[in-house]
Amino acid sequence: MTAITVTAPARAGGKPLADVRTMFRRNLLRAVRYPGLTLFVVVGPLVMLLLFVYIFGGAFGAGVAPGVAPGAEGRAAYLTYITPSLLVLTVVGAGQSIAISAAMDAAGGIMARFKTMAISPGSALSGQVLGTVVQSIAALVLVLGAAVAIGYRPQADAVDWLALLGVLLLLAVAISWLCVALGLNARSVETASNAPLILLLLPFLGSGFVPVETMPGPVRWFAEHQPFTPIIDTVRGLLAGGVGLDGATVAKAVVWCVLIGVAGYLWARSLYRRERRV
Amino acid sequence: MSIPATRPAIEVAGLRKSYRSKAGSQVVLDGVDLVVPAGTVTALLGPNGAGKTTAVGVLSTLLRADEGTARVAGHDVAREADAVRASIGVTGQITAVDDLLSGAENLRLMADLHHLGRAAGRQRVAELLERFGLTDAADKPVATYSGGMKRKLDLAMTLVGTPSVVFLDEPTTGLDPRSRRTLWDEVRALVADGTTILLTTQYLEEADQLADSVAVLHGGRIVAEGTPAELKAVHAAGSLDDVFLALTEPPAGPETDPRTETDEETVR
Ligand SMILES: Nc1ncnc2c1ncn2[C@@H]1O[C@H](COP(=O)(O)OP(=O)(O)OP(=O)(O)O)[C@@H](O)[C@H]1O
Ligand SMILES: [Mg+2]
Repeated sequence: MTAITVTAPARAGGKPLADVRTMFRRNLLRAVRYPGLTLFVVVGPLVMLLLFVYIFGGAFGAGVAPGVAPGAEGRAAYLTYITPSLLVLTVVGAGQSIAISAAMDAAGGIMARFKTMAISPGSALSGQVLGTVVQSIAALVLVLGAAVAIGYRPQADAVDWLALLGVLLLLAVAISWLCVALGLNARSVETASNAPLILLLLPFLGSGFVPVETMPGPVRWFAEHQPFTPIIDTVRGLLAGGVGLDGATVAKAVVWCVLIGVAGYLWARSLYRRERRV
Repeated sequence: MSIPATRPAIEVAGLRKSYRSKAGSQVVLDGVDLVVPAGTVTALLGPNGAGKTTAVGVLSTLLRADEGTARVAGHDVAREADAVRASIGVTGQITAVDDLLSGAENLRLMADLHHLGRAAGRQRVAELLERFGLTDAADKPVATYSGGMKRKLDLAMTLVGTPSVVFLDEPTTGLDPRSRRTLWDEVRALVADGTTILLTTQYLEEADQLADSVAVLHGGRIVAEGTPAELKAVHAAGSLDDVFLALTEPPAGPETDPRTETDEETVR
């Protein structure tokens, strides 16, 4: 007869790294089993790439690069202008997919199961964030590849590429934490998929698709002060080989990413610990 | 089997829990006392909405009680939540499996989270698949499983870490009679190994078959407790169904206030 022994088992809260790795593997496996979600992340930016370059590009090119002739030359200029914005949008799109999977976990019983197990707190969410960061990188490679295929030529050197990778990773981590929180905060899987839509709009209300100088007063003020403008300017500057990029912009981008990431992390953590409401 | 002279596996005293929402606060548990000796099965019965799932939630560290104490496997659920978690297995009312993974992968996930190690984990997974008749479906995605198969997988996942206290919230809902009996056999086997089980059920025959002790939750309190035979004797009832109906008459339990009593009479 086994009696109840009153000793704390050795594994209570024991191996955080192993738990994060296990949860990360779960999310990779889910992404492989259900590639639809990753494709969904890529399709949006790809459609926008084609639409904006081939339909609007000819006319818009002159607006982003003064002196450029309409037509083919304008398209090339516009492609150069918006590829960085689409990369940023791709990361935000991956955020939408993590919001959906976090909401799915919370709605089904599996998150409750994790909470009743002696695993390191936060490993369930960290594993999901890591999985999404990997998914973001895959999506970024695909979108950048598509842009290059239709004629985009980045000017970045090795150092720029490294810096770019760093900035995009930081952005992906930050957006993922924020979107995990949005997903946990949503009352249903449907609302979870809508919550990050506002984030998808922000690049349009910034320097993503037209220069902020062309916007009317209040919109311009907003565009100049919102996080995506320095983030997109940084990505754009690094891809252009550092042309027109100043340290202040990079610093702003990094600070915004850290702020978003820390706020998202703290919010997600408190939502995870909170009792689930109906 | 003898009940060990150690402390009970579950001790609950004066447990209160209410849910607060914009509409106001709803008291669900209003002073619940319950003791489950180690190595026994207690069935928690009660009408829909009585608070059975809420009670399981508090005991399994998912929910926080407002008042009262609860100890599971010797640990306080509020202050030593991690020690409690390391001792328990929970099959909630909502099936908790990952639909996108296969049955074997779901079990592997649990084995990894219990840090069983590669070889031991693989062995445990194979053993549980076998025990629950899921070996053939092991590598199919859970999304293609029937409801009953998911429920069995759910239960198998609960047992991966060989918990000493197991909570089963309506474990056999949706199972066919044969699967239900398989599960009963599993429960008996677990108890034979010394596991303590608290289960909720709406099938009173299940309580009759499995439980050493039955507790009826109604109006936020345990209104009756005893062996199935004792309850039937006290209420001069032929089945637990009759005991249940007698004890849980709406709108309130045995301590009905006079007004509702008259209301009921006028209805009759
Ligand atoms: N998260 C919640 N927020 C607000 N009210 C809740 C919540 N969960 C349960 N309740 C309410 O608490 C009461 C008890 O619910 P609970 O799920 O514990 O009952 P139950 O005995 O398990 O019922 P059933 O037999 O239907 O499963 C119900 O009235 C329910 O509406
Ligand atoms: Mg219930």
